[in-house]
Formats: sequence, C-alpha cells, structure tokens
Amino acid sequence: MSLLTEFPKMGRTDLRDFKKSIDEGFRDFTKNYGEAIENFFDPLLYFLVWLEKLFLNTPWPIIMASIALLVYFGSKSIKLTIGAILAFLVIGYLDMWEDTMATLAIISVATIVCISVGIPIGIMMARSNRTQTIITPILDIMQTIPSFVYLIPVVMLLGIGKVPGLLAVCIYAIPPIVRLTNLGIRLVDKDVMEASEAFGASYKQKLLDVQIPLALPNIFAGVNQTIMMALSMVVIASMIGVKGLGVPVLRAISNQYLALGVMNGLAIVVLAILFDRVSQSFGKRLQAHRESGHNA
Amino acid sequence: MPDIKVAIKSLYKIFGRNPHSMVDLVKGGMSKSDLLEKHGHVLGLDNVNIDVKKKQIQVIMGLSGSGKSTLIRHINRLIEPTSGSIVVDDHNILSMSPAELRDFRRSKASMVFQKFGLLPHRKVIDNVAYGLSIQGIQKEEALRRSNKWIESVGLTGFENHYPSQLSGGMQQRVGLARALATDADILLMDEAFSALDPLIRSDMQDVLLSLQEQLHKTIIFITHDLDEALKLGDDIAILRDGAVIQSGTAEKIILHPADDYVTDFIKDINKARVLKVTSVMAKDKKIKGPEIQDNVIIEDALQTVSQSGSNGAIIVKNGKKVGTVSLTDMIMAIARSTKNTDSDTIYR
Ligand SMILES: Nc1ncnc2c1ncn2[C@@H]1O[C@H](COP(=O)(O)OP(=O)(O)OP(=O)(O)O)[C@@H](O)[C@H]1O
Ligand SMILES: [Mg+2]
Repeated sequence: MSLLTEFPKMGRTDLRDFKKSIDEGFRDFTKNYGEAIENFFDPLLYFLVWLEKLFLNTPWPIIMASIALLVYFGSKSIKLTIGAILAFLVIGYLDMWEDTMATLAIISVATIVCISVGIPIGIMMARSNRTQTIITPILDIMQTIPSFVYLIPVVMLLGIGKVPGLLAVCIYAIPPIVRLTNLGIRLVDKDVMEASEAFGASYKQKLLDVQIPLALPNIFAGVNQTIMMALSMVVIASMIGVKGLGVPVLRAISNQYLALGVMNGLAIVVLAILFDRVSQSFGKRLQAHRESGHNA
Repeated sequence: MPDIKVAIKSLYKIFGRNPHSMVDLVKGGMSKSDLLEKHGHVLGLDNVNIDVKKKQIQVIMGLSGSGKSTLIRHINRLIEPTSGSIVVDDHNILSMSPAELRDFRRSKASMVFQKFGLLPHRKVIDNVAYGLSIQGIQKEEALRRSNKWIESVGLTGFENHYPSQLSGGMQQRVGLARALATDADILLMDEAFSALDPLIRSDMQDVLLSLQEQLHKTIIFITHDLDEALKLGDDIAILRDGAVIQSGTAEKIILHPADDYVTDFIKDINKARVLKVTSVMAKDKKIKGPEIQDNVIIEDALQTVSQSGSNGAIIVKNGKKVGTVSLTDMIMAIARSTKNTDSDTIYR
C-alpha cells in the first residue's frame, strides 16, 4: 500500500481505545464530581424556577403593565410601547403566554449570568494583553463549535434539565459581552486616561470613574447581542429539557405541524425585536456626552 | 539650594527595545539620528539638567519632536527615565513606591493637557472636582472648593454644562481649574494653550498670569511658541533633539543666543518689547535725560527719551539712581544682528 494514496492513520483498535479512554475518563469525572457540580448550580436552579413561577403566577395584566413600563422607560417611545402591548396580546390570544413567560425567565437568568461573569472577564482582558491572547481563542471556540457538541459533556455531567440548558445558552451567548467590554475599555480616549493617571487615580478609580462609564455604550451593545444570541438558543435548549417557546417548535418539527412551528417561531422573533429596539434606544441615550468634546 | 523646587539632573530617556544598553552610547556622544539609524532606538532626552526655581514660571521650548512632552511627563513620572534623577522638595521622584507616587500626583503636582483630557461624561463642576474626588475628599466639600476655582477661571454659570458643550478655550479653563483645585504647588502645563486660536490663547495667558500673581505656584510650561514663552517665562530652556541647548532668562537668550538654532528661533521677535533698559545699562555721567524705572522695556524707554529730546535716560530703582542708558545703545540692542541672518534656512 502506498503512503501517497492512503493517509497514514492510527490503527483501528488504537483509535477505539483512545476514544474509549477519554469517554471513560470523563465518565469517572462525572461519577466523582457530578453531584458536587450539580449542587454548585443549585442556587441558579432555584432562581430560575422562582422566576418562572413568578412570571406564570402573576396575573397577566400586571405582567403586561410591567412590560409596558419597562419598554417605555427603556426606549422613551410611545409607539414601541403600544407595539409591545399589542404583540403580547396576540401572543396570549394564540395560547403562547405560558411558553413565552418560561422563555422570558430563562433569557433573563441567562442574561444576568452572562453579564455578571462576562463583564469581569472583559475587564481582565482589557487589563493585560496576555490575558487577551489567551481568552480570545476560547471565545472563538465557544462561538463556532456546534452547540450539539458541547451539549454532550454538559448532559453527561448534569443530565437533562433546566441547568444544563441554561449553561448551554450561556456558553453560546457570553462571548459578545466579554468581547465588547474588552473593546470598549481599550477604546477609551488615551488622553482622558492619561489625565486620570496624572491626578493620581488608582487602578480601581480609573476603572470605575473613567473606563467603565466611557465604555458603557459598547458594553451595552454587548448586552444587546448577548440577549439576541440567548434567544436564538431557545430551540436547542428545549432539546435538553428547558421549557418555553422552543418546546412547541421541536414538537412541530417532529410532527410536521406547520402552523404551530411558525407561530412559536414568530413569537421568538417578536421577543427579539422588542429586546433589540428597547436596548438600542437605551444605548443611544447612554451615548450622549460620552464622546470626547470637540477639540478646538 | 532652598529656592529650587524641581531639580532635574543628567536625565536620559531612550525609547526602544533595550534602552539601558544604549545609555552608554548616548553618553559617549552618539547623536539622535545615529542612534535611530544604527540601533533602532529613539533618543527622547539627552542629558537634561534643569533647576526649576520656586514660584516661578519655567518655560520649556522647542520644535515638534524635541522632547518637550517627554520631559514634562518625567516630572510626575508618567514616563520612566532611562537614567538620571528628579528631585522635588528633597524627595527623589524615582525612588517613590506606587502609593507614594499616587500621593505625589494627587497633592503635589497637577497637570494641564494640550487636548484638555476632560471627562466627557461629567459636568464641568464634577470635572473640576475630579482631583479632589480622587483624594477622597467628601463630595460637598469638593464641590464647594471647585465652585471657587470655577469662579476664578471665569466659568461661573457653566457648572452644569458638559465639556462637549463648551468652546476649546472654555474647556481649557476647566482643565486649568481642575489642576488648581488640588492645591498642588507644582503645575505642569504641556502646550496647554496650543490648541486655542490666537485671541483666546492670549486671554488664557492673561488668566494664568493673573492667577499666578496671587497663587505663586511653581509652573512648568511647555510651548513651541516664542511669544508665549517670552510673555510667560521667568526662565526659558530651549530643547533640541532631547538636549537643553540653552537656558536662562529671556533677556539672556535674546542677547546671547547659544547657537544658530537659538538665533533662528528668536530672529523674528520684536526685541524692543522684550529687552529691559537694564540690559544695556551703563554708568555714563554725560547722559542727561528723563528718569525711568529699571523694569521698563526698551520700546517704552525709546518713546520717553525721544519725546524729551535728550540723548538717553537715567535708570532708577526703588527711587535710587542705578545707572544710565544711551539712545544709541538702545537702538543697537534692538537692531537685528546681521551676523546670523544667512543661517535662516538651516533649521526650517
Ligand atoms: N513612546 C514612544 N516610543 C518611541 N518614541 C517616542 C515615544 N514617545 C516619544 N517618542 C519620540 O521622542 C521624541 C520626543 O517626543 P515628544 O512627544 O516629547 O516631542 P514634543 O517636543 O512634545 O513634540 P510636539 O511639539 O510635537 O508635542 C520624538 O522623536 C518622538 O518620536
Ligand atoms: Mg508634545
């Protein structure tokens, strides 16, 4: 057999043993630490369940009013507020209220997790070029690896349920907020930073008084993208036991229910558009005064 | 010496990958262009020695790229030197720990920037209070003190504007008030007025001079503009390729330029406005004429003398006669020296 026509490869048994040893190694890891890890995520689970119940048990007019208020204070636009109310009325009328509330709950929790983990990582990245070169490829992997691939270890470790679903959403949705926090801080005007340094600001003072406030529009753009990406994971997350608008979509795929699939899909789109418009106009208002003044 | 506030001794700064290995070459006399060509390092400062006197305005002047910004940033150690020493009030800046250095920057030396460096997301009042808030001074107290400084730079009424809503001149007033608010003895000003147009610039110079009359700070003022240097500077140091080529009072530099570079710098100024009568003072008994004060500039003296029709004037200081000045000497002093006019093209 020629070396040129046949690619030199590992023997079949060797390869099988290789894969097997990895699988078994991970299985042992799961056996030993799975429970500890599950316990670690328990608070998150309680929070998610609590929020879901809150959304579901609160009478719908109150939810509707809160959404309207949030939309109005986020966007300062009457038009958008009316649009949001109409959209939710239609969603409720078409019997998608409960699933929508479940989706809102998981998106909210995922966003909170992504912000509270992602912003500190972004700050660390902005602080040193070393950290940046280490973290950037990890973010690239998280964004490009097919979600089904990282679902495997997550499910092996934590089984099927809300927490693994939440983790899957977060892995996929966290990169933008990390990247944009890092970018935003690095783009802060050098002259302003120098002035701050010259007045004797400590690292913390520079971070809190100058870098974060001036990076806020970028950080906020990151939050916006994170929410969008979390929403786009809703269907995949429902495959491993997350309740919400993804479940009927999955059912529609396996049973070829066109109307059901389209309706729930559109509900996800409506949520996405609302989040996007509100956060965009909020972000725009953040922008005011944050660009350097005109230089003479 | 008691009247020296900032003593800069044998300061070298070399930019590049391995600056410390280049110091000896530079000390051996290698020029800026050779260092760049042969070793790929940039000579920022070359054996700078300057003693800045207390309560005076020390101007540092030089063309673009001569190392002015590099030098002033060494005084509060925004830039680390490659070798040399900087002593402020008997404290060596270079041996300070990070905490001591922060303290020094907070309370001893404050800075005004060419591009203002204001916090765009904070109102004027909060910008002025910025140095105080870094010091940890209570908000109310900081605002009270800031208001005072806003008033003294003439920005009353603009406290709640954002920097982007102000003109360049007003923004720099904010920058000045911010620097003054910390009550630091030393004021570092890096081309603070260079971004402003001429009229506003002249205004700001007047603001600075009148504040200095009350405050008596030690000011290190960078400029590339000779008129500004002459108007503000008690002492002037001229920098070229990172080295001080001449330092002293304006009069000294104008009467005895060290080399062609300096001659070229000063050739366009109106000497009659800068030189004082004392620079051509003599003790000539034959001269009769009106009495003039010793700090009068030649331009004014010439007018007085020519109106009186005499051949000179008597100089008095504190009511006592200290010497005389003749019409011819004054005219000779302000006449352009013809000797160096052919060097015009060299440093353009
Ligand atoms: N970080 C740096 N790395 C390399 N070279 C530098 C660095 N900073 C300054 N230089 C060089 O040092 C020299 C002095 O620069 P500096 O900014 O001090 O000049 P300047 O007199 O302030 O000029 P300008 O009037 O344009 O502000 C220049 O040749 C510049 O290229
Ligand atoms: Mg400069």
